[in-house]
Amino acid sequence: MIPELGHFALVLALLLAAAQAVFGLVGAHNGDPRWMAAVRPAVAGQFVLVSAAVGVLIHAFVSFDFSVLYVASNSNSALPTFYRVAAMWGAHEGSLLLWAWILVLWTLAVAAFSRSLPASFASRVMGVLGIVSFGFLLFTLYTSNPFERILPAPADGRDLNPVLQDPALAIHPPILYMGYVGFAVAFSFACAAMLEGKLDQTWARWTRPWTTLAWCFLSVGIALGSWWAYYELGWGGYWFWDPVENASFMPWLVGTALIHSLAVTEKRGLFKSWTLLLAILAFSLSLLGTFLVRSGVLVSVHSFAADPSRGMFILAFLVIMIGGALTLYGWRAPLLKSAAGFQASGREAFLLYNNILLVIAALVVFIGTLAPLVNDALDMQAISVGPGWFTSSFPYLVLALAVLVSIGIHAAWKRGQLGAQRRRLALGAGIALFIGVVLVLVVYGAGDWRSMLGIVLGSWIIVSSLLDPIDRLRRRLSLPRAIIGMTIAHMGLGVCVIAVSTVEAYTIERDVALGPGETVAFGRHAYRFDRIEPVEGPNYEGVRAQITVLRDGLPVAVLHPEKRHYWVQRSTMTEAGIATRWNMDLFVALGEDLGAGRWSIRAQLRPLIDYIWLAAGLMALGGGLAASDRRYRARRDIAGSDAVPAAAAEAT
Amino acid sequence: MNRFVLPFVVFAALAGVLYVGVKHSPDKSTMVSALLGKPAPAFELPVLGDASRKFSTSLLAGRPWVMNVWGTWCAECRVEHQALLDIARQNRVPIVGLNWRDEDAAALEWLARLGNPYTVVAVDGDGRTAINFGVYGAPETFFIDANGLVQYRHVGAMSPEVWEREFASRLPQVGMP
Repeated sequence: MIPELGHFALVLALLLAAAQAVFGLVGAHNGDPRWMAAVRPAVAGQFVLVSAAVGVLIHAFVSFDFSVLYVASNSNSALPTFYRVAAMWGAHEGSLLLWAWILVLWTLAVAAFSRSLPASFASRVMGVLGIVSFGFLLFTLYTSNPFERILPAPADGRDLNPVLQDPALAIHPPILYMGYVGFAVAFSFACAAMLEGKLDQTWARWTRPWTTLAWCFLSVGIALGSWWAYYELGWGGYWFWDPVENASFMPWLVGTALIHSLAVTEKRGLFKSWTLLLAILAFSLSLLGTFLVRSGVLVSVHSFAADPSRGMFILAFLVIMIGGALTLYGWRAPLLKSAAGFQASGREAFLLYNNILLVIAALVVFIGTLAPLVNDALDMQAISVGPGWFTSSFPYLVLALAVLVSIGIHAAWKRGQLGAQRRRLALGAGIALFIGVVLVLVVYGAGDWRSMLGIVLGSWIIVSSLLDPIDRLRRRLSLPRAIIGMTIAHMGLGVCVIAVSTVEAYTIERDVALGPGETVAFGRHAYRFDRIEPVEGPNYEGVRAQITVLRDGLPVAVLHPEKRHYWVQRSTMTEAGIATRWNMDLFVALGEDLGAGRWSIRAQLRPLIDYIWLAAGLMALGGGLAASDRRYRARRDIAGSDAVPAAAAEAT
Repeated sequence: MNRFVLPFVVFAALAGVLYVGVKHSPDKSTMVSALLGKPAPAFELPVLGDASRKFSTSLLAGRPWVMNVWGTWCAECRVEHQALLDIARQNRVPIVGLNWRDEDAAALEWLARLGNPYTVVAVDGDGRTAINFGVYGAPETFFIDANGLVQYRHVGAMSPEVWEREFASRLPQVGMP
């Protein structure tokens, strides 16, 4: 009975989403305050209903209700409670429900924090969000009902995919979706502006914190996925250019361009149509990501079960949403001309170059991801677009971006005369060159020129971002959160560039066969295989090895890599043994049993790898600080009377 | 062309490609088996419900047969059960059930309650036979021809459509000499 209530709640939520869209859009079009007043209650009601559906599904998992097909397919009586809750979004149906719930959560936040916005604008925003919500709820109910019954119920469930039985991956989808779905808010703001036919600097100020917040979540979500892949997939990589990874990376790249373009629109009223296009693109790429993961058009290691009818539905939804928004864009964007011009060395110009680079980067990923598909569609000869495509193009884009960031940070708005900043530029570049060369030559030794350049340029970004805040402190000026946030996020980029360059150039790895007591040495470090023993978990059995890492002959760490066999799903998972040091990871993964007590073992020393995820954390922290700047919190009146503190106004 | 219309045009082209992509999306249920065209692994296993009897593949030599891998712990098996019952009713080919890593009592109770589509059910308690067939996850269904060669492997729940398209079409036509 309870699962049927969940199903029923979803149906009611679908109806409320339709009401939200109609009352919001038609009400605003006719300027009818009574219609517009109905929008917020519809949002609140929808939130309650979808939350109820989520609660019902979690309840079914926690209470072992195997009469629900989705529970029977993704849970098991031996599955620990934490994973039974996380199993709710462990497969297609439940993760769609999660998607819908997070969308309603964002909509509720918009409903709550948009009271200072003009009524017609706010109801248009929620109206557009209502359409998105309607589409996803319809998709859930029509093709992927998570409450479908299976009677009589099987005695036990199929168990959650063992790949997902991991803390990082259990929380990865909700956070990633917060990012994906958060771009729906920016998208709705863009559509509402086009419907109103009005886009000014106030609009950009409303849109910015929402976009930045979504971007923060996306950054953390991607980093969690990458971290998981590192220690769970077993071979020590942190990024595989897998279609599903790319699907989350493309919106991130375009979203990064968007938050910078929004900065220009807010400060200078420029790039209006470009900002709109980026807002549409960022969410379109999120939808496209969902499409690629769910439809099975691209076969990937972690894509969900293929189902052409689902693919067709999402494609139709994609065409309506994106096609609609782009039609609106083609019709309305020409009316939103920017008033002022800008100079080629002002901050505007640098942000434009950065935008172009980021969009090109997204395009590179896009082509690499979709090439196999275009290939199939046109029956062309196989062209190889593998990791080589990405690794041979992406580093150069990032290095170019690093140069632009390091210089652009010093450029002032409007009449940017970089000449005046020559001293600072030289100072920053000098310090960075010193740090980079010391790192490369003294600590790690010369390597690939791209990596050496990456380390120098990464240092340059960090130094450049720090110069302005230091200067402000010296002149006893205030340091608003916008500037602190920007500085931290840019340092995050610098840290990321350094870390990736170092990992790529200076990782040491050996694949060896070891028996008990044998040792593999590299440089000052050595890995000693002590023993291997059976291990048993709640829903798996396996073996665990003990491997001692020695440095200069003295033990510095004991690692316990595992190989687990999950008995219900009959799949084998590796758990790498990792010891994290401040400057490197000692990594070991267990391969195959070679017989006679010998095992194949992959041992690695990965310098600075943890700084990649730390960098994502810095970016998200910086974004969070910037999004909570005073000028977004303090003034809730209908802007126009611009009383923003002068310091904040100068920030990006 | 107006530069503001360009994004729409690009998107329209992309949507066309995606449409073709969905239409032609690879069907994962036809996962290639290394056994295709090769002799089916021979096995001899106890019969479900009567451990004193043994089922041997040699009993089916010279005629086509179908093997369905299932277990009571498998939700998808429950989904395909009705389809299997309907297929069994046509009585065109023996369906051997391979009860994979299951408990006999549970399996018997399942068949008593839901109906038994199988000509015979062989008990693969330790899963060795399933491994020999390269079974990836239940349910899976194999078609073995009169020469004992594996001709088709279906991964996932059986459906009337799959049966007609991939299995019935491989059977000798009824009424033909």
